[in-house]
Amino acid sequence: MPFSLNVNGKPVTVDVPGDMPLLWVLRDVLDLRGTKFGCGLGQCGACTVHLRGNAVRSCQTTVAAAAGGAITTIEGLAPDASHPLQRAWEELDVPQCGYCQAGQIMSAAALLRRNPRPTDADIDLAMSGNLCRCATYTRIREAIHRAAGNNATATTAEAIR
Amino acid sequence: MKRRDFLRATALAGGGMMIAIYLDPADVLGQEGSRAPAGGANYNPWAFLKIGPDGKVTILGKNPEGGQGAKIHLPMIIADELDVDWKDVTIENAPLDEQSFGIQRTGGSTATPINFDPLRQCGAAARQMLIAAAAQTWGVQASDCTTASGRVRHAASNRTLGYGELASRAAALPTPDLKTVKLKDPKDYKVIGSPAKNQDVPKIVRGEPLYAIDTKLPGMLYAAYEKCPVPGGKVATANIDEIKRLPGIRNAFVVPGGPDLTYTYPACCIGVSLHGGVAIVADTWWHAQQARAKLKVTWNEGPTASNSTEGFNRRAQELSQQPPHIKLYNDGDVDGALKGAAKTVEAAYYYPFLAHAPLEPQNCTAHYKDGKLEVWVGSQTPREGRQVIAQSLGMPENDITVHFVRMGGGFGRRILNDYMAEAAWIAREMNGTPVKLLWSRQDDLTHDFYRPAGYHFFKAGLDASGKIVAWNQHYVAFGEGEKFAPNTAIGGASFPAGFIPNFSFNASLIPMGIPTGPLRAPGTNGTTFVYQGFIDELAVASGKDPVEFRLALLDTPRKLLPNARDAFNAERAKGVLKLAAEKSGWGKRQLPKGTGMGVAFLYAHLGYFAEIAEVSVDLQNRVKVNKVWVAADIGSEVINPLNAQHQVQGSVIDGMGAVMAQETTFVNGRAQQATFNEHRLVRMNQTPKDIEVHFLKTSNPPTGLGEPALPPIIPAITNAIYAATGNRIRTIPIGKQGFSWA
Repeated sequence: MPFSLNVNGKPVTVDVPGDMPLLWVLRDVLDLRGTKFGCGLGQCGACTVHLRGNAVRSCQTTVAAAAGGAITTIEGLAPDASHPLQRAWEELDVPQCGYCQAGQIMSAAALLRRNPRPTDADIDLAMSGNLCRCATYTRIREAIHRAAGNNATATTAEAIR
Repeated sequence: MKRRDFLRATALAGGGMMIAIYLDPADVLGQEGSRAPAGGANYNPWAFLKIGPDGKVTILGKNPEGGQGAKIHLPMIIADELDVDWKDVTIENAPLDEQSFGIQRTGGSTATPINFDPLRQCGAAARQMLIAAAAQTWGVQASDCTTASGRVRHAASNRTLGYGELASRAAALPTPDLKTVKLKDPKDYKVIGSPAKNQDVPKIVRGEPLYAIDTKLPGMLYAAYEKCPVPGGKVATANIDEIKRLPGIRNAFVVPGGPDLTYTYPACCIGVSLHGGVAIVADTWWHAQQARAKLKVTWNEGPTASNSTEGFNRRAQELSQQPPHIKLYNDGDVDGALKGAAKTVEAAYYYPFLAHAPLEPQNCTAHYKDGKLEVWVGSQTPREGRQVIAQSLGMPENDITVHFVRMGGGFGRRILNDYMAEAAWIAREMNGTPVKLLWSRQDDLTHDFYRPAGYHFFKAGLDASGKIVAWNQHYVAFGEGEKFAPNTAIGGASFPAGFIPNFSFNASLIPMGIPTGPLRAPGTNGTTFVYQGFIDELAVASGKDPVEFRLALLDTPRKLLPNARDAFNAERAKGVLKLAAEKSGWGKRQLPKGTGMGVAFLYAHLGYFAEIAEVSVDLQNRVKVNKVWVAADIGSEVINPLNAQHQVQGSVIDGMGAVMAQETTFVNGRAQQATFNEHRLVRMNQTPKDIEVHFLKTSNPPTGLGEPALPPIIPAITNAIYAATGNRIRTIPIGKQGFSWA
């Protein structure tokens, strides 16, 4: 059946079953492939998007539940990829394989929206639902601090510059 | 070694030049072990470099990239000797074409040791040709010219020309002999040793489609593939007709599967077979998965259904009581020395089967049309993948085109290409329609080529001074007859062989049908825990400090048996041990109760690593890794320190997962851990706040580090737990023994 969605500020209609997860609507129907599939069970966070301003696991969110609410994906986070997190990610060379990073950035963006100056503990709490198989966590933590404008303690990536 | 490598330079249409370096196949063979390069004894070009008329330099990245960073640091080597600024270098991905590009694979931390010298020569030779072209243009001596930032300069007349302006002319000049080409003094390196960013990051943070899973072709359908939960099992019956009628389903069919090549020791990396199963092809992958939930299959499970972890454990205990079947390394009189020892220590160590779990689930898009096949895939060995398809489908390799793209992690799993054969078979069945096969996470965790488990039964003797005088090790592994299953064999002459006068290291094998394969730091990712754990026990038994005890062992003059070979260099191992001890304040800091430090070291993949962990354990056995110090000797240069540090930090955190929570167990041949709740990776809140990485530069050739950095953290942590609690860890993961992360 048809569902009206608002994805990255644009209205779209999709004709799919109501229980189809938003992840597969985004990837296979709407061609927004930045949102990644990692587990399909809400355990890894690779599929994180924003729905009504909150970070959600799009593999666990049905299209019916997402209809009518504003959806933001990595492609729509900032018009020219100028979000402070995206810049910090580039500056600190955060990704290794990179596969989880869209989900990491979306979780971090939701964190910064509600808590613009997070502590290490805040970051741990907000980001522990996002797995990184390459284990780039030290730089993710550092990049969030940088994007937040925190004066974090002397950092690993800085140390070698 | 007689090197006969050479360069070939050609002018590019519209100006500029292209340079290819050709390596002597004998050299490549020598460095790549037994694997012959494509094209047999013919010369293959090894690297490509283009200089455009605008002076922009393009270097082809020819190996699959999945986060290791070789795509960046190999071109850095060329750029430095060429004397161009890194910002003026673009890296392009090479297509799969081993006839043109030589071996294209990722694995074994081999990229740096194989490529360092040839790539330096390539860059230096191109620079020499550009200088010659400038000298000719100006009518001056080449020796009076210098270079910097992509320009040749004649100081006496204060003239300069850019490489772009010289490239066409340089292309017409004779190519220099690579042996005599003048290389930079390492102290003049500008690019090598400077942090360089991954050029794909801007695309990654924008969510651009970079990975195989992002492949989309016009008219493409999606496939799910149900395989037998027991490796090697085949479909007996399936409710195909019912599945075909479900919404969004375009087709469903049984794939008979190929011969069980996988389980023929020592088939290892290349002999991957096509597993039998049921394919479901649908409008979206979600539709295919929904239908899959209604699939009813009966299986011919085959002999592996009798395999279980419990059975393996029982058999290992039995075998430990019997004489070993296979002699690996025997020197001196172990029994006599044990009898005469002042103290003996006995211990049994175990590490489990382990899945790879790259975050991008296995997938492959394939399009079969008019007898030709085109596939898009993330593979560490795309050439072998093409062979697997050719064998599985019975079609010539020439009719198969493989496009390889960035991988969402590899860790050794994508050295095996079973998913390519599955996608190819399904695409041929769907003749004319492109199909993307995608595995679920459960498919991935239950159909892996697992890091094999291992059982090690030790008895060692110490003399009155605390020196190890006898070492008896019975390794119970997997295999048949005298053939070890893939990735279970251990070199008999590995450390500590030769350092202990009476030494006996032998093995027994348990037959099994579980597929095994290489996982990041194959061989040592399990055994380092075993060796460095038991040596720690011996240090304690001798009353010595664990660092001092290891240093003393390494100070023993090594005497290997006459026919034994091992490249281990004790001085380099001592170097990293001392550096890690110094940086961590080993033995100098007062630690609170419940906090301890543990040490371990490793030689593997030509690199030396020592790691020290400071760990706190509370009364509920909750473990916190406070800080880790890593000291590494990977030779004279750390080519890209920005990536090197990151690879090491990632290895440490990856290894923490193996300590606490990760294993695959089997019941009736079925893997029991299918999701990330059961195969638990380390998360942000468990990550140490600081992982210090120190490089000890030595006058040895540069080597890789994506793998050897991982294994030592496992015993460093378990030894630290001992120091903190007195609880000796001999089995991983420790989550089963009442431990959890704080």
